[in-house]
Amino acid sequence: MLNAELTRRRFLGTGAVLVTAYGFDLRPAHAAVRELKISRTTQTHSVCPYCAVGCSVVIHTLGDKARNVKPAVVHIEGDPESPVNRGTLCSKGISLKEFVNSDRRLTEVRYRAPGATEWKTISWDEAFEKMARRIKESRDRGYEAKDSQGRTVNRLPNIALIGGCTDTNEVNYLLAKFRFGLGILTYENQARL
Amino acid sequence: MTNGWTDVANTDVVLVMGGNPAENHPVGFRFVMEARRKRKAKVICVDPRFSRTAAVSDCYVPIRAGTDIAFLGGLIHYTLSTGKYHAQYVREHTNATFLVKVGFGFDNGHFSGWDPTKKSYDKATWQYETDGQGYARVDETMEHPHSVFQLMKRHYSRYTPEKVSEICGCTPEEFTKAAEMISVAAAEDKSGTILYALGWTQHSHAVQLIHAAAMVQLLMGNIGMPGGGVNAQRGHANIQGATDMGAWNMLPGYLRVPRANHSTLRDYLEATTPKPLRPNSINYWANTPKFVVSFLKSFYGQSATPANNYGYDWLPKIAETANHSWGACFDEMHAGKMEGLISFGMNPVANGPNTSKMIAALGKLKWMIVAENFETETAAFWRAKSLAGEYYPGAQEPAAIQTEVFLLPASCFAEKDGAFVNSSRWLQWKEAALDPPGQAKRDQEIIGRLFLKLCDLYKKEGGALPEQLLNVNWNYATPVSPSLVEVARELNGSDLTTTKQVNGFAELKADGTTACGNWIYSGSYTEAGNQMARHSQADPTGLGLYPQYAWSWPANRRILYNRASADRNGKPWDPARPMLKWDGQRWVGDVPDYKADAAPGAHGSFLMLPEGVAKFFVQDFVEGPFPEHYEPAESPVENPLHPQVSFNPLGKVFHSAADKLGEAKDYPYVGVTYRLTEHFHYWTKHTAGSSQLQSNFFVEVPDELAQQRGIKSGDRVRVTSARGKVEGPALVTKRMKGLNISGKRVFQIGLPIHWGFLGRVNGPLINNLTPSVYDPNSGTPEFKGFLVNLEKV
Repeated sequence: MLNAELTRRRFLGTGAVLVTAYGFDLRPAHAAVRELKISRTTQTHSVCPYCAVGCSVVIHTLGDKARNVKPAVVHIEGDPESPVNRGTLCSKGISLKEFVNSDRRLTEVRYRAPGATEWKTISWDEAFEKMARRIKESRDRGYEAKDSQGRTVNRLPNIALIGGCTDTNEVNYLLAKFRFGLGILTYENQARL
Repeated sequence: MTNGWTDVANTDVVLVMGGNPAENHPVGFRFVMEARRKRKAKVICVDPRFSRTAAVSDCYVPIRAGTDIAFLGGLIHYTLSTGKYHAQYVREHTNATFLVKVGFGFDNGHFSGWDPTKKSYDKATWQYETDGQGYARVDETMEHPHSVFQLMKRHYSRYTPEKVSEICGCTPEEFTKAAEMISVAAAEDKSGTILYALGWTQHSHAVQLIHAAAMVQLLMGNIGMPGGGVNAQRGHANIQGATDMGAWNMLPGYLRVPRANHSTLRDYLEATTPKPLRPNSINYWANTPKFVVSFLKSFYGQSATPANNYGYDWLPKIAETANHSWGACFDEMHAGKMEGLISFGMNPVANGPNTSKMIAALGKLKWMIVAENFETETAAFWRAKSLAGEYYPGAQEPAAIQTEVFLLPASCFAEKDGAFVNSSRWLQWKEAALDPPGQAKRDQEIIGRLFLKLCDLYKKEGGALPEQLLNVNWNYATPVSPSLVEVARELNGSDLTTTKQVNGFAELKADGTTACGNWIYSGSYTEAGNQMARHSQADPTGLGLYPQYAWSWPANRRILYNRASADRNGKPWDPARPMLKWDGQRWVGDVPDYKADAAPGAHGSFLMLPEGVAKFFVQDFVEGPFPEHYEPAESPVENPLHPQVSFNPLGKVFHSAADKLGEAKDYPYVGVTYRLTEHFHYWTKHTAGSSQLQSNFFVEVPDELAQQRGIKSGDRVRVTSARGKVEGPALVTKRMKGLNISGKRVFQIGLPIHWGFLGRVNGPLINNLTPSVYDPNSGTPEFKGFLVNLEKV
């Protein structure tokens, strides 16, 4: 297990320790490695999105500091400071960079009209207009303010909402406000599957 | 998890059952190996398949999928009949001493109170004998014939090693060897952990299965102990957080969604706030009104006033007996009763049982909104016929499908900040590393913009109860894309008179002067800052608690029920590993699951329960106060314990035209789904590395069966169920042995899950085989133990 006082990231930055510990200066060798890989990256702390062990990761991005350049993820590694994973990652976690950078990622809004055989691209504005309209039409049509016994129930049985376990607590809470704001009853997530 | 990953290293015995951490939680499994190295812990793996976890275990026991309760019931019988249980723990910390009403009993598959016409139980006889003040009567000797202890002994007397063998398929000797190893943890200074996953939750009797596991752990005195507990490994990064934030029947923080008969806030609080069942019970849920009112203040902000019961009327009310869980949702959708579906990061066509029914159900919608990273099978369900029509013969041509679909490009984990809760209940804050690609948006912005657009429409045009929506507190600095830091602060809660963050839920009030989005997260973002972002390596107890690394709910407590790690007088069961110790003034160690300054004997040790102690005998579940073995909905045999009540009498089965159940004469083999270490769920089929490591779907076939059927590894085989089929190459292994069940040779077929019709690599969706059969308490589907046939193509 890694010494908590000297983590890997700090190791690279503590040349003086290296000289005294090994009797010669390792700095140029390590500097060369850093130059090749992660010397100019911005490091961001994050957590693996796969299983629930909760391994911490360090995301290395390049390009953040240049004008008109979009940052890109160049490397993701296990965070040695996490007591859970101590810098390790599993076979899925080590390929997280491919997940973020995948050429299969969706980058525009796709729309499929009733009966259509293909997707078409639409703008966010058009999507929000249409989606809000559909939700409102369904809600106004299916809303139950009172039940058959005349009790106030203020519920919406004809729209279902699913999801959440891939997202943060905070987004889950926004979803809770969204669904109770509409009166949605049917809400489930992966926790029950 | 009651405990946590880093705590597993403290254990002496590891029972892995219903999970395969070596492959599916590999980084967490390091702590199992550490316990083996450091404490010489023994690992027992009980699984239908000789997994990689089994390969490094000290004892492997094969078992038929769907028979785990029989195995655990056997363990309960073994410990009670051999005396290998922690008697003092059981007497001091559980309801084994409680007396149950005289009419309670169990006969031929049914508990007392069964109503064959209503097909449900009247729970009147499941209650405790009470005194004049409403407190339960107890017998400390546990010898009273109606004590929970004696009832439990009687109930499980049927679960002999021979009966376990007859049901599960392991030999009586294999079972007894495992039982001997597991019951080592009954010693005061030993502890044992149970690690489980979806192999336990995906059954029509899943909740009772976990209940049985908790019973085993209580008998061993393992709950609250370092290296103890009942530990769900959980399969998604924030599945714990999503659970904490509610479901169809839960508000955030495990508060209940009101039912229609809870007409007023007062009715609701009266019905959902428990009363103590023992004079010394802390009964912490007595604080429910504080949590509920603070939640309503967070939810409806300034619109929540004492005069309008803090906006209680705006919360939707569920019909008394209604159930809106997964199975019901998609059954109603299939019946054409749903107009719209909004899916944030879920893929029901892949995840849900009975794929053909899912595809047909989505085709009945008027519209569907999907926010995703990739084009999923759900978003593209209308393409199923052209992309994989051979598997989904009922799928329609796109022209015939009238569902309007919006597929929104959402952001991935690296592009958002916020907290994930891992299975140890640690809230770990992460930062955003970059912006989403192209026009993709962060989910908070998608929700924010849609919410505000709806508010605009209702303001302008009116409609059904606009105030339900318009009074939701969306008072964020940037309403179109709320800052997640702001939301995290809201979840922690604040004092509305001072506007300061509260330090924890003990400061919440029921008078509308505090707001808190989720009371169990209270303490996670205080005036001292974001506690979830802490990274201290300090471990003062040396037990791997890391109290200043991230933040654990509730109250930064790392081990739930830790009061039970010491005896009634506060003396730790294992003085060498004190999780909690009474120093005469206060409890020291972990954050105590008890009043911090209350003397050891003052209260019962389980503060959340009205009993003040842990429960063997539980009235909350629908199918009985003790777990009982029931066969899966599709089983190769009748239940050897009570053939006339073979299946869970309350198991949830649906009856649409798409819901067919098969019989053993047509489908003789038991199907089991599982994950592979190279893939994560249905996501990594989109990434190159995982797709290259494991590109092909396969069917795992026991070699004995393969020989009988003339199948060799690599031969293309077809697996069929009453619902549908899958095809792929056979992988003939010795990992799944034939089992002798009730005098019958039974084979199991292994079915990895990760493929679909839209990935870098493609294959059949495995849930094309699985039935729409669900646990009646939790609504989880039965993916483990269903019937299939196997043919060479």
